Amino acid sequence: MNFKGRDVISIKDFSKPEINYILNYSKKMVAYAKGERYTDLLKGKVMSSLFFEPSTRTRLSFGCAMNRLSGRAIGFSDPSKTSQKKGESLADTIRMADSYSDLIVIRHPQEGAARLAAEFAEVPVINAGDGAGRHPTQCLLDLFTILTEKKKIERNKVILLGDLKYGRTVHSLAYALSLYGVELTFVSPKSLQMPKEVIDECRDLGVKPVSTSNLEKAIKDADVLYVTRIQRERFPDAEEYNRVVGTYTIDNKLLQNAKQDLIVMHPLPRVTEINPEVDKSPHALYFKEAFNGVPVRMALLSLTIGGTL
Amino acid sequence: MKELKIQPIENGTVIDHIAAGNAIKVLHILDIPKGHSSIVSVAINVKGHLGKKDIVKIENRELDPREVNKIALISPKATINIIRDFEVADKFKVKLPKEIIGIVRCSNPTCISNANEPVKSRFKVISQDPSKIQCYYCEREPDDIVERII
Repeated sequence: MNFKGRDVISIKDFSKPEINYILNYSKKMVAYAKGERYTDLLKGKVMSSLFFEPSTRTRLSFGCAMNRLSGRAIGFSDPSKTSQKKGESLADTIRMADSYSDLIVIRHPQEGAARLAAEFAEVPVINAGDGAGRHPTQCLLDLFTILTEKKKIERNKVILLGDLKYGRTVHSLAYALSLYGVELTFVSPKSLQMPKEVIDECRDLGVKPVSTSNLEKAIKDADVLYVTRIQRERFPDAEEYNRVVGTYTIDNKLLQNAKQDLIVMHPLPRVTEINPEVDKSPHALYFKEAFNGVPVRMALLSLTIGGTL
Repeated sequence: MKELKIQPIENGTVIDHIAAGNAIKVLHILDIPKGHSSIVSVAINVKGHLGKKDIVKIENRELDPREVNKIALISPKATINIIRDFEVADKFKVKLPKEIIGIVRCSNPTCISNANEPVKSRFKVISQDPSKIQCYYCEREPDDIVERII
C-alpha cells in the first residue's frame, strides 16, 4: 500500500484494509517511539505544526513523533501571534506552510478547515482536529490501543460514554469500530446523545448500537469503556453545560461491577469524569493510550511523507 | 377558445413541473437573467394534472442539461423540454450532478466554507429524491436545502 502524498483528513477516507495496514505499521514504531531504537527515516524533512486551538497531547505527540524519526518541526500553538490576527485567511497561511515544509499538521476550531487546507497544499495535510468535526489520528490511536490490548478489535463490547453530541473523537470512533463489527453501546445524558447521522452510519455498516443512560447496567459485560469529557467549549450556553457536567463519574466502586479485563480509555484531558483513584487500577489505559499517539503518528508521518522502516 | 397565459415559444427551453412557488429560485440557481439576453417567461401556481406547478420558458436558448440539473435540488420532478420550431425536440427529467458547488450555503455556522476563505460551498450529492447533500468540508447534511440556497 502506498500512502505517500496522501492527506489524512477523516477516518472515512481510509478503507478497513488501509486502517489495518496503518495499525500494523504503528506496531513497528513502538520501540522507536520509546527511544529504545533509533532511526533517521525522516532526516532533513520538516513538519509544519499549525495549532489554531489549544492542544497538549496531539501537538506534543506529533512533535515527539517527528523528532523520533529525526525530522524537524516548525509552527505555532498560539495563533494570536501569527498573521491570522491581521486577518490573513487560512488558505494563505496554508500556502506559506506548504512552501516551508514537507507535511502540514493542522488543528483548527472550524469544521472542515483541514479539508480546505488540503485543497491549498501540495504537501500532505494531517488533520489534528477540526472543531467539533473529525480527529482521525485520535481515532487511529484509539483503535491501536484496543488492538494492542485486546489482540483484536472485532467482537469487543465497547461503551462510548459522555458527550456523544459534541465530542469529535466519538463520532469518528463509532464509525471506525462499526467497520470492525463491534458491539456498541452509547451512554450519555439525554441532551448529549449521539447524533442520528452517526447512528445511521453505524447501522449502514451492520452494527446496531444501543443507546442508554444506565452506565451501571451497561458496564457489566463491556470489554472497553471509552470515556469522554463534557466539553465546556463546545456548549452554546453555560446553563446547558452546568445541567449535565458531572452526570457520570468513573470510580473504583463502579468498576467493581465490571469484567476484570475491562479497559478504561479516555482521549484526555479529563476533568471530573474519571476519579484519580482509578489511575492505579489495572483498568486504567488512558495514559498508555496517550503514549500510543506517538507510534501511530510516527507511522502516519512516515507513510505520508514517504520512506518506511 | 382558451387563452394561454404563456404563449408557446418557437425555440428555446421550457422547464416544466417545477414545484409550485419555486420558479424564482430556479432562475436564481440558473443565474438567469444575468448573463442571458433571452426573453424569460415565468408562470407560478399553474394548475396541472398533479396539482399546482411552476413553469419557466427561456426563448432562443437551449440550456445545457448539466447546468439545468442543479435545479433538481429544489424540484427533483422538474422536466426540461428543448423546443425547436414550436416542437419538443428533446425532453428529459432533471438529475442531480455528483457535486453541487456554490449554490447552497452550509447549515453549519462554524463550517470553514462559511468563513472568509477563497472557496465556494461544495456538497456531495448522497441521494437524488429526496435530495440529500453533504458538505464536502464539514460533512454536515443540511435538512433545509431550499432555505440554504445562496
